[in-house]
Amino acid sequence: MSKNGPIALIFHTAFIVFMLAPLVVVCLVAFTSKGYISMPTEGFSLRWFRAILENPDFIDAFLMSLYLAIVSASIALAISVPASLAIARHRFPGRAAFTAFFLSPLMIPHVVLGVSFLRFFTEVGLSGTFVGLALSHVIIIMPYALRLVLASVTGLSRDAESAAVSLGASNWTVFRRITLPLIVPGIAGGWVLAFITSFDELTMTVFVASPSTITLPVRMYNHITETIDPLIASLSAALIFVTVIFMVILDRLYGLDKLLVGRGT
Amino acid sequence: MAEAIARRTLIPPYLLSAPALLLYCALLLTPMLMTFLLSFNSFDLYTGIKPDYSLANYLEVIQDKYFHVIFLRTFGMALVVTLICALLGAPEAYILNRMANPWKSLFLLAVLGPLLISVVVRTLGWALLFGKEGAINMTLMGLGLVDEPVKLIFTSTGVVIALVHVLVPFMVISVWASLQKLDPATERAGLSLGASQFTVLRRVVVPQVMPGVLSGSLIVFALTASAFATPAILGGRRLKVVATTAYDEYLNTLNWPLGAAIAILLLAANVIIITSYNRVIEKKYAEAFG
Repeated sequence: MSKNGPIALIFHTAFIVFMLAPLVVVCLVAFTSKGYISMPTEGFSLRWFRAILENPDFIDAFLMSLYLAIVSASIALAISVPASLAIARHRFPGRAAFTAFFLSPLMIPHVVLGVSFLRFFTEVGLSGTFVGLALSHVIIIMPYALRLVLASVTGLSRDAESAAVSLGASNWTVFRRITLPLIVPGIAGGWVLAFITSFDELTMTVFVASPSTITLPVRMYNHITETIDPLIASLSAALIFVTVIFMVILDRLYGLDKLLVGRGT
Repeated sequence: MAEAIARRTLIPPYLLSAPALLLYCALLLTPMLMTFLLSFNSFDLYTGIKPDYSLANYLEVIQDKYFHVIFLRTFGMALVVTLICALLGAPEAYILNRMANPWKSLFLLAVLGPLLISVVVRTLGWALLFGKEGAINMTLMGLGLVDEPVKLIFTSTGVVIALVHVLVPFMVISVWASLQKLDPATERAGLSLGASQFTVLRRVVVPQVMPGVLSGSLIVFALTASAFATPAILGGRRLKVVATTAYDEYLNTLNWPLGAAIAILLLAANVIIITSYNRVIEKKYAEAFG
C-alpha cells in the first residue's frame, strides 16, 4: 500500500486536532483551581472533582442513568433474542415488514419520539414514572440491540443444534445449552451498545423525565442552559475518562468500527 | 433431520416475535398515532387542548414567516453540515485506510470514539472553545489574524462547526466500510498503467467509495435536521431550529397541538427526503451497473 503524502498528513493532523480539541479543553478546564472557566495555569487542582461528590443532584442523576440504562438494555435484549431467532431462522409472511418495523425507531427523530411519549404517558397515567421512562428507552435502543443479535444469529451454523435435536434434546434445552452460548458475543455487544445509547440519550428523555426520574444528560443540559462553570467541566471530564476506558475495552473485544456502523444519536 | 425440522417449527416465528411486536404496537405505534391526531386539535390558553379537528395548526406553520425561517434554517444547516462532513470525512477515511497499524487503529479510535461520548459533553467543549477568552479567539488574536474576538457562540457558524464535529464520525465510518471492500489491486493496476496518483483517485477510488459517501450523507443529513442539544446550547433562544421549536411549544408555551404539528412536519420532511434520496441513488446505480 502506498504511503500518505505530506498534504494528506497535514490534513490528517488538522482533522485529529479538530476531533480532540473540544474534549481536551473540557478535561483541562476541569482541573482549574479558580472559581470560573479558565485554563489550569496556576497548577492542577482537584477542587472541582471534589465538588461533584458534594453535589447530590448530579450523583442521583448519575445513579438514575446507570439504573435506567441497565434495566432498559436488559429488557431490550430479552426481547431482541427471540425476535432475532424468528427473523434469522424462519421464512414467514411479513418477515421483511417485521424487520423494518423493529428497526424503524432509527428513522424517527428523537424529538418526535419525545413528544409522542409525553402525550401517551400523560394519557395512560405513566407520566413522570420510571416505568414509562424505561419503556421509552427500550424503544429507542431496540434497533441497536436487534442488529447485533441478528448478525450473530445469522452467522451461526445449525449443525450442533441439529445434532442435539436428533439426540432427543427439547427445544428449550437446545436453546439454553447450544444456541444461547454461541450467540453470547452478539448479546453482550448489543447490550453494551444499548447501555451506552440509553445512558447518553438526551433529546427524547428531556420530554419524559420528571424531577424524580431526571437522568444525567438531562441534568447536565439543564445546568448548561443556566450556567457554564468548572463544575460541569469536571463532571464532563469524569464522563470522558470513564467512556475512554469503556471504549478501549470495546475496541479490543469487537473492533469499534464494526460496532458503530450506522449508529444514530 | 426431518424430525429436527418438525421440532423446530413447534415454536412459530410469530410467537417468537410477539413480545417485540406487542411492545412496538403499544409504545411506538399508539404514541405516534396519538401525536398525529393531537396535531389536528386546537389549543386555548385558558382551557387547554380542545378535542376538535382542523388543519389550523398546519396552516399556521405553513403560513407564518416565523416558522418558514426556522424550517429553512434547519434544512439549510443540514445541507451545509452534510457537505462539510463529506468533504472532510471521506478524505480522512481514505488517509486512515492507507495508514499502517498501530497508527491506523489508534487514529480510528480517536475519530470514532467521540461517538460514544455524550453530545452534551462534546457541545460543552465547543462552548468553552468559542468563548471570548476561549482557545480559538486566543489563538486567532495571538497570531494577529483578528483584532477583536470573533463571535462564534450563538451564531450559525458556531452551531455548524459543532454539528460537523458531532456527526463527521458517521461519514468516516460509512466511507471506511466501503473502503474495506475496495481491492487495492485496482489502484495498483491504474498506477502501473501510467495513471497519475490523482487520476487513480478520481477514476478508481472515488467511484468505488461513492456509495459510502452517499449513505453517510443520508445519516448526517437526517441527524442534523433533527439535532436538538447542539443547536439548543450553542444557538440559544434566537437561533431556533425545528427540534428546539417543538421543545419550546411543548414545555414552555404548552401549546401541544402546535408542537405536535411541527413534530409531524419534521418527521414527514425527514421521511420524504430519505426515501426520495434512496430512490434517486438506486436509479443512478441501476443505470451505471445495469
